[in-house]
Amino acid sequence: MKKTLFDKVWDSHVVHTIENGPDVLFIDRHMIHEVTSPVAFRGLKSRNIPVMYPEKTFATADHNTPTINQHLPVQDPLSANQLKALEENSAEHNISYWGLGHEKNGIVHVVGPEYGITQPGATIVCGDSHTSTHGAFGAIAFGIGTSEVEMVLATQCIMQQKPKSMRINVHGSLNFGVTPKDVALYIISKLTTSGATGYFVEYAGEVFRNMSMEGRMTVCNLSIEMGARGGMIAPDEKTFEYIKGREFTPVGAAWDKAMAYWSTLESDEGAQFDQEITFDASDIEPMITFGTNPGMGMAISKDIPMAEDVEGAVDTFRKSLDYMDFKEGENMIGKPIDFVFLGSCTNGRIEDFRAFASIVKGKKKADNVTAWLVPGSHKVVNAIKEEGILEVLQEAGFALREPGCSACLAMNDDKIPAGKYAVSTSNRNFEGRQGPGARTLLASPLVAAAAAITGKVTDPRVLMEELAH
Amino acid sequence: MAYDKFDVLKSTGVPLPIENVDTDQIIPARFLKATERKGFGDNLFRDWRYHPDNTPKKDFVLNNPIYGGKILVGGKNFGSGSSREHAAWAVYDYGFRCVVSSFFADIFRNNCLNIGVLPVQVSPEFLHKIFTAIEADPKTEIVVSLPEQTITLTATGEKESFDINDYKKQNMLNGFDDIDYLLNIKEDIREFAEKAPL
Ligand code: SF4
Repeated sequence: MKKTLFDKVWDSHVVHTIENGPDVLFIDRHMIHEVTSPVAFRGLKSRNIPVMYPEKTFATADHNTPTINQHLPVQDPLSANQLKALEENSAEHNISYWGLGHEKNGIVHVVGPEYGITQPGATIVCGDSHTSTHGAFGAIAFGIGTSEVEMVLATQCIMQQKPKSMRINVHGSLNFGVTPKDVALYIISKLTTSGATGYFVEYAGEVFRNMSMEGRMTVCNLSIEMGARGGMIAPDEKTFEYIKGREFTPVGAAWDKAMAYWSTLESDEGAQFDQEITFDASDIEPMITFGTNPGMGMAISKDIPMAEDVEGAVDTFRKSLDYMDFKEGENMIGKPIDFVFLGSCTNGRIEDFRAFASIVKGKKKADNVTAWLVPGSHKVVNAIKEEGILEVLQEAGFALREPGCSACLAMNDDKIPAGKYAVSTSNRNFEGRQGPGARTLLASPLVAAAAAITGKVTDPRVLMEELAH
Repeated sequence: MAYDKFDVLKSTGVPLPIENVDTDQIIPARFLKATERKGFGDNLFRDWRYHPDNTPKKDFVLNNPIYGGKILVGGKNFGSGSSREHAAWAVYDYGFRCVVSSFFADIFRNNCLNIGVLPVQVSPEFLHKIFTAIEADPKTEIVVSLPEQTITLTATGEKESFDINDYKKQNMLNGFDDIDYLLNIKEDIREFAEKAPL
């Protein structure tokens, strides 16, 4: 039988199949953080059972952590308490723990790939929905709830109904100023936030083949925003090149054995998908969102659609525009903004800082803008320094913060105030996501940089063309 | 954690006819700082329910004493967004045992099933009927039968069946959870792990 990439990885991890029920799936790598794990550890304690394979679980602190003065004790007692719980639980169960200040600390989905924990053909779970990021390497990776975290700790398995399969092809080459983030926001705007619910997505076509690993991670990261459980891209030379030599990557005979497995990981010619969708790269422009879910996005040069023209309930659409204080049919270019957030597991990697710097270089941050530039990890921080990006940013009036999830979910102090507009490179523009009453415009690092320089929504291509001349 | 058994639930319903209700609305991130699974119900729909000064928003359904019951009825694509099980805990802790919608986000649905909240997916037409029935009479009774896999509006007898896989159904009827099952096959898992490719 012809198999999809997803089938191959899934089927090779099924321990048991229950008739009319879920599969028991073996999990190769489990990442945990401070917010969704404490109750799972409590569950283990109350059942009096150990962690079955502690070496397959990795802990990092990221969701709750401050992004300034990380060397000082964490001020918020509740956050401090969760961080302490993660540290103690990891110590008690012999789990690698990369806490605040640790050189490997950073956002869970940024550090996993950086240290080679993320590998092709692996099953990877974490109590965070953007675990789908790791699919960029040809892994099956998805977010889970706390009860499932407890299952994985206790038995290294999870019970899941096998999702349906969808392939999304994007052919051709990307237009000037279009980044992987725009590709993802474009697809989500076409599919809506529930268009891929029940599916696991494979991305295929030249656009993804030509994309860097960082770009692939951005795309797979956003799979969840169209409802998909996850997204994956078949591994290729670029993938192997990226993982080779990283700390947790196999070496010697183990590498050869792994390569033998990895090189089988692609969808067979003629394999059937439950759904297949194809887009043309030339239709994609730099994107921005105008509403309160990631599906409410459009090309930055377009007008906000009229409520009658969109799929779904008119009331819900209007409620969303009211929250944003935008009107149907209006253009977004020139709208004043207050904050810019560069960071998160979507766009907090070195490539994103390079893109941002390419636009702000030689210019000055707009006075009306507060900018939070938050690298995804210490490794990213180091690269920013080594590549001379830090000076570029500083000369333009920007400061760098310390790694963490930060304003992506605003659990720490990095909250956008009520009513303020933020151009954010993160993944969710839900009401209050970046702070109670905050208004989020999701966009690429290029759009974020253009907004940071001009103080308003600006098409980055204008600034890029100026640069080219 | 084992939970209450679910059999037949007869209750009034609380209507929330909004689409794409995401987990950040169900429980905002700033309330995820506990290390215990307690008290999340107080912050269910926090920012829709309360003003910034913590006074209740009068027009939000949970603040309207006319509505109540153990069944939450939501619009299409309920529970999209984050994997936080806290969203399901908040629904449960507030007192709901069942959520009805015409479409659920995957992770939220799983989380509900894992903690003993029954997600009931109905057709858009039936969902509309439920909303209309509650609007006409907030005290109208809804019956959710897990053994029969049906949801019924008592007043008119209108009924629809819903899907749930047999395994999850048995778990909910008996109050078992997945860990109980997995612990029973631990030896098989160990054997599998030894041959795992990575
Ligand atoms: S950056 Fe945002 S999406 Fe990514 S892991 Fe952190 S909270 Fe989750």
